[in-house]
Amino acid sequence: MTAAATPARTPGTAAALPVRVLRHGGYEALAMLRNGEQLVLAIVLPLLALTALVITPLLDAYGPSRVDIAAPGVLALCTMSTAFTGQGIATGFDRRYGVLRFLSTTPLGRSGLILGKAVAVAAVLAVQLVVIGGAAVLLGWSPRAEGLLPAALLLLIGSAAFTALGLLVAGTLRPEATLAVTNLVWILLAAAGGVIIPAASLPAAAEPFVAVLPSAALGDGLRSALADGVLDPIACLVLLAWAALAGLAAIRWFKWS
Amino acid sequence: MPTPLPALTIDGLIKDFGPVGALDGRMVRVLEGVSLQAIHGAVTVLLGANGAGKTTTLECAQGLQRADGGVVRLLGQDPSRATPELRARVGVMLQDGGLPPSVRPLALLHHVASMYGSPLPVDALAERLGLDEFGAASIRRLSGGQKQRLALACALVGRPEVVFLDEPSAGLDPQSRTIVFDLIRELRADGLAVILTTHLLDDAQRLADYVYILEGGRTVAEGTVADLTADKDADGMRELRFETVPGLTLPPELLPHLHQREDEPGRYVLRGALTASDVAHLAQWWDARGVMPTAISMAPRSLEDVFLDISGRSIR
Repeated sequence: MTAAATPARTPGTAAALPVRVLRHGGYEALAMLRNGEQLVLAIVLPLLALTALVITPLLDAYGPSRVDIAAPGVLALCTMSTAFTGQGIATGFDRRYGVLRFLSTTPLGRSGLILGKAVAVAAVLAVQLVVIGGAAVLLGWSPRAEGLLPAALLLLIGSAAFTALGLLVAGTLRPEATLAVTNLVWILLAAAGGVIIPAASLPAAAEPFVAVLPSAALGDGLRSALADGVLDPIACLVLLAWAALAGLAAIRWFKWS
Repeated sequence: MPTPLPALTIDGLIKDFGPVGALDGRMVRVLEGVSLQAIHGAVTVLLGANGAGKTTTLECAQGLQRADGGVVRLLGQDPSRATPELRARVGVMLQDGGLPPSVRPLALLHHVASMYGSPLPVDALAERLGLDEFGAASIRRLSGGQKQRLALACALVGRPEVVFLDEPSAGLDPQSRTIVFDLIRELRADGLAVILTTHLLDDAQRLADYVYILEGGRTVAEGTVADLTADKDADGMRELRFETVPGLTLPPELLPHLHQREDEPGRYVLRGALTASDVAHLAQWWDARGVMPTAISMAPRSLEDVFLDISGRSIR
């Protein structure tokens, strides 16, 4: 080899995979928590919803304690706001600005980007759990101890399903459309998707449709776990199916540019 | 002596886009057989008008697009299946920058650096490219030239062996241009393979060791600037370049039929049909001003003439 063929400098190397993914997850989580609109969506609106549900008689038909019924639904709402709406909008605009393309040329790569987003969603969701769960406890919430593990499992599968759905929207629509769609879907699901009001209490004609929505599966599943202490296998399966379908669809149709 | 392995080899690259709705769902072939090589320690320029296929060629070489035909080898590997280790050896500056507008410039550079095992010291790189002067402003507040310099820093921070720069001079003010061009020459001296696109003939003239001219998705001409501007049936010299102190202005009546420009401080170019008496007038003027050029060169054609000959139209 000639001198010109061998660069006389320290060659570039990649940071280890966990380092790349965790660094990117932390970077995206901080970006979400620093963004005012995202913070409203992630913390302020769920806190308002929790307070409203506890001080009004809306949920009185579903159990003896308002907060015990309200808190799991609000946690499901948090999952939707972070994994679907927040992450979808951020990804949509990153795609528009070429950020996804640039980062995928670094050692992070496309798979690292997706894993990093999952870490970011999990990190923000952890913050929400502490803040919203803490507020609920102050309002008298006493979740069933034996339901905590099933609830954690449902939150995990639920955030995977909603992250995949958010990526599907962000990777196929323009960012302005992503903004509109993810917010609209969030509002619709929050109001009538079985998140806060149990699916069983909706009109009989609507119930079977709502029950198979990921929002109802997550809301009802979390209520079963945290209020009754049992794992709802149907809810689990519905969420798993949504995660698999949305994941496959996102892999198939996601456009990086 | 063994032939050094090229940093990038592209052979007969074909790329189709579509289906395109406006064309009844047909595919459009944007690259119809691009072939090129780029070696370490050299600046390889892809020159062509907008739409010639420069960016698509780069994207196939970077692994952002998958080739529909032909062979692409980047550091001996298939870039569409790049491992993190391969990506760590390759720096990329995209045409639109790929910069998130709400992030602060140095925060982004630190983040990109954290993806690499042994990145360049961020502060030194930032100072070199004048990024430290942006302070706490977010990226959306930067000028076009400032964004270009940040994108360049992001491409270089991982110590790449190969850098792809898509239109690196777009939006640069003269001062940024000098910083960026000096840095590109330094990268070449450090042994990097620099591959850049431009639609500006001056960029090619100033930077290129080797030029590929792209037209309609094909490589239609290649060579060093000297090769390309040499003309077998030359009817005279049409371009004169000289280097000396910056800031000279020739009086208009001295060589009225020649177009004069100072490309960058101290580098002058005169274009038009040159005669021996033009050269004599110029030398007399230098003498009268006490100026001695450090380099003089002449060519039968400018790169602009070459491009016009090949494509039948002006590049702009």
